[in-house]
Amino acid sequence: MNKIVVKEHLSAQVIKLEIEAPLIARSRKPGNFIILRVGEKGERIPLTIVDSNIETGTITIIVQNVGVSSAKLCELEVGESITDVVGPLGQPTEIENKGTILALGGGVGIAPLLPIVEGFKKAGNRVVTVLAARNKELLILEDEMRKWSDEVIIMTDDGSYGQQGLVTQGAEEILKREKVDECIAIGPAVMMKFCAQLTKQYDVPTQASLNSIMVDGTGMCGACRVTVGGKTKFTCVDGPEFNAHEIDFDEMLMRLNAYKKEEIKANENNNRQ
Amino acid sequence: MTIAAEILKQERNAEWRAELRKVIKNKDRMTIERVKMPEMDPMERIKYQDKEVNAGLDLEQAQREASRCMDCANPTCIEGCPVSINIPKFVKQIETGDVLAAASTLKETSALPAVCGRVCPQEKQCEAQCFYTQKLQKTPVAIGYLERFAADYERESGKMSVPQVAPANGIKVAAIGSGPASLSFAGDMVKLGYDVTVFEALHEIGGVLKYGIPEFRLPNSIVDVELDNMRQMGVKFENNYVVGRTATIDDLREQGFKAFFVASGAGLPRFMNIPGENFNGVMSSNEYLTRVNLMNAANDNFDTPVLKGKSIAVIGGGNTAMDSVRTAKRLGAERAMIVYRRTREEMPARVEEVHHAQEEGIEFLNLANPVEYFANEEGRVNKMRLQRMELGEPDPSGRRRPVPVDDFFEEDVDVVVVAVGVSPNPLIPSTMPDLEVSRWGTIEVNEEAMQSSIPDLFAGGDIVRGGATVILAMGDGRKAAASMHEYLQKN
Repeated sequence: MNKIVVKEHLSAQVIKLEIEAPLIARSRKPGNFIILRVGEKGERIPLTIVDSNIETGTITIIVQNVGVSSAKLCELEVGESITDVVGPLGQPTEIENKGTILALGGGVGIAPLLPIVEGFKKAGNRVVTVLAARNKELLILEDEMRKWSDEVIIMTDDGSYGQQGLVTQGAEEILKREKVDECIAIGPAVMMKFCAQLTKQYDVPTQASLNSIMVDGTGMCGACRVTVGGKTKFTCVDGPEFNAHEIDFDEMLMRLNAYKKEEIKANENNNRQ
Repeated sequence: MTIAAEILKQERNAEWRAELRKVIKNKDRMTIERVKMPEMDPMERIKYQDKEVNAGLDLEQAQREASRCMDCANPTCIEGCPVSINIPKFVKQIETGDVLAAASTLKETSALPAVCGRVCPQEKQCEAQCFYTQKLQKTPVAIGYLERFAADYERESGKMSVPQVAPANGIKVAAIGSGPASLSFAGDMVKLGYDVTVFEALHEIGGVLKYGIPEFRLPNSIVDVELDNMRQMGVKFENNYVVGRTATIDDLREQGFKAFFVASGAGLPRFMNIPGENFNGVMSSNEYLTRVNLMNAANDNFDTPVLKGKSIAVIGGGNTAMDSVRTAKRLGAERAMIVYRRTREEMPARVEEVHHAQEEGIEFLNLANPVEYFANEEGRVNKMRLQRMELGEPDPSGRRRPVPVDDFFEEDVDVVVVAVGVSPNPLIPSTMPDLEVSRWGTIEVNEEAMQSSIPDLFAGGDIVRGGATVILAMGDGRKAAASMHEYLQKN
């Protein structure tokens, strides 16, 4: 169970894993996530399911090595197993033929965006995708995105690839150029906040997929609370996607830092070992 | 006379019981003082998250306490037990010193005796119905302590008996959730010969016994022993399996499962919807206790963090609130406070838990209710505003209603744990449109049979009750097992 069958480096700190999880492979839909735990002392961490293969009974996840828990996952090799994998969790993306979809992905947020882009394309939409990364080296899944998009615009902070600038600049180009029926934005919370501000000006319905802190992922703990339209929602069971124009991103950003001091301490401990 | 009553009578008439009754005169039995539970010193125990407060009785204490029981002809105590443990029989077995036999008696009807002996509100159940309480106005026989004693004695003896199970009938049934209701259900069904699988969403089996109740009240190792016992009886456990998501009930029907017992619990924490409740440091008791109990967050060797505050307020007056506030004290809080809108009298928590909390230096801000939280520039809670309350007329539950007074005050806090109740987990109902649920989201069942609007689907525990106790959940599990057995024999 949960055996790693493929491991691939997408960039220095971003790793793609294919894991044996036949039941999840069969039941998952775009937008769903899993919770996994590495080792008996490990933390439960949520990760979006990027792809699945019913025949091989595998699911694909992409993880960025950013802290103690993701480092433990990134250290696992092909043939080793992940202690616990549970899912699929969360509400799947509402995918239907809406016309033109603008898909905005930033950093490692491009990974969860991929299955949604694929889903919208297969549903008959025209999909225009804007991908943003700090530099060329950190840009992931470009080929896969091109496969399922009618057009892909690349933005890098340093101009090392595509156009220099932020994802919002690429997005605005499209919004000025053509009628967009729906937008989906996934990436760092700050990026999603500015994407939401932009699409609101153009009156384009927008979904954002949130990466809140979670423990159980089944609605039990409420660590993933987020305010949407003035009401408290749980990212794990009500989301992870919400109407981006109604999300309180400032509160979301604040809540992502809830355990910052504890994380810094854990990283220091880990580096010393 | 019912068959059960007939059996009880026959057992009471057994020669050893009749003889034992004559050994000590009833009037002498009545003069014995109720045993006091040996406890760890409060100032010592608050240093440890994982050391049990109650130390348990020794054999001499247990036998003496057991000899208080007069082995009544009409044992009303059994009527007070949701799982109908044959109380006089096991108590008299302790009196004779045959403690292993007492443990077997417990396991005839209870899947989790070592757990129930620790967490049941006996004072509201068996002990409330004891002859001493009812007729003599004296302190009841310490049935709960004795139950715990017998279960612990057996476990420590290394001679755990595995209850007899009927020959396998090959019929597959599923329990959803692995808390007390499911475990009780699974124990009864496996004894009847069914092929039972228990599905659990988390990585650990045990539900609230693992993620909720702290180690100082119920050590996880004790739950594990009871689970091992169930495995030996043939119960299968599947962790990391969310029924409704990983596979649906229909998928399981296709795999040959003939009936289902849904005991997915009251998983959804309630908040109060007051300003500032989403600041960092304000969390549900489910989150706080799960981090500490399930994820071992208080231990630096584990990766999951928990916020350790200097001044912690826990909102609520139930057992979960007591568990949270006592956990906070053990994690090093200088001030650990209960904020409750009524008074000690109306608190739903067990008397023993409130008493232990007081001994440990927990502060009680009664007749107070939070109205707003404030935070520093980083968004971490640092203060709460409270409104004073007074007691008004009794509400439908008979408790006096809290009425707000125009009087406010503030307290500095850096962690707030909200323990004001839970709502049913909506996962299963949301994936089954035909399933009838109440407006509170609990699954509607026929109370006797625990059968839902879908004939092969039974339910019990907090998903039906909305938030109750371990033992009531276990009673539901037993009832559901009996009626599911009947249903499957007919179909």
